[in-house]
Amino acid sequence: MKTLALVISLLMGSILVVSLDDLPAWGDVNSPANSHVSAYYLDNTMQQTGVPNVVTSVLADYRGFDTMFETGVVFVAVIGIMAILRRDQRLEDIEKVERPPYFPPDPAITGVAARFIVPFMQIFGLYVLAHGHYSPGGGFQAGVILGASVILLAMTNGLNGALSRLTEDWFVLLSGLGFLIFAGVGLACMFYGGNFLDYSALAPLMGGEPSVAAVKARYHAMLWVEIGVTFTVMSAMFAIYSYLASDGWMDRGL
Amino acid sequence: MAWLEANYNYLLVIVLLMIGLWAMIGKNNLIKKCVGMCIFQNAIIMFFISMGAKAGSTIPILKLKEGATTYGVNDYIIDPTQYDNPLTQILMLTAIVVGVATLGMALTLVQKMYAEYGTCEEDEILEKIK
Repeated sequence: MKTLALVISLLMGSILVVSLDDLPAWGDVNSPANSHVSAYYLDNTMQQTGVPNVVTSVLADYRGFDTMFETGVVFVAVIGIMAILRRDQRLEDIEKVERPPYFPPDPAITGVAARFIVPFMQIFGLYVLAHGHYSPGGGFQAGVILGASVILLAMTNGLNGALSRLTEDWFVLLSGLGFLIFAGVGLACMFYGGNFLDYSALAPLMGGEPSVAAVKARYHAMLWVEIGVTFTVMSAMFAIYSYLASDGWMDRGL
Repeated sequence: MAWLEANYNYLLVIVLLMIGLWAMIGKNNLIKKCVGMCIFQNAIIMFFISMGAKAGSTIPILKLKEGATTYGVNDYIIDPTQYDNPLTQILMLTAIVVGVATLGMALTLVQKMYAEYGTCEEDEILEKIK
């Protein structure tokens, strides 16, 4: 099996090396990937959306459909993991199941240290979310930082310590709510007569000159969309950790 | 040598792709197969990011002009050659998060198999299925 794998991967590698000459040189400004639509985004993001961080404006506005269904994929992964792994103590007798020995974490040093770090992590996560229009950041990054703060709590103070702050009901609800916020902003655009996820249709909510209000509407709708992404990603990170660590019982960690 | 210099980002990606593919096919342990999948995924992410790089450019966040005091349309330097390609970066940004979600799903299935058969080794599981 290993020799077969070696032959297949060497074959694939040699085919790719042979086809290298067709690829543009590294750093080529005029390569096909760098010329057509990406130059349009860089040229027009300020006039059309008012967001200097082009990654955020492309992510949340120009390619909103992509991001919305990526969020949907994350949500579906949470539901799938729950459906496969979740076990109910009311239906199964936990005493009869053979489980590996459990050594509860001693929070004397790590728990106290984590209690100092977690608030700063969460503040920084909110900053990354709110400042994503102007600096590197946005919904996905903020969600990962917030999720990591809860996972740190679970690793140092035991899974119960984290679950008493973010319960299972809440994170499953939040992961769906984030997707709903994203889709809800898109539907609100349809109510105001635009296309799905065409945020400039929300201009009547902003007031002022119609052309200025359209830019403003896109700017603010992007923040709402990012908040939805943050909810879903944060709860997905913690859901993946807690279901895997407790083997679906949700009563103790590793 | 010039050929190597022009293509070394692609060569690095190809080596990582080969390692990932080899691990996914050749390794016997299911967890190691998942690690191989991760390496493969990261190679593709590096490929996209290096495709979007431009010589002498910076991150795709518009810079303010010298001495600008407001944040209007005309206060930013708008010149596509100065900034990296944003498109490849957002495609990979979402791909990273979805990669984590799919990895979680794969590990869930491995854990379920371990609970069922008591092992993560592929040949031992095949033996027990018979």
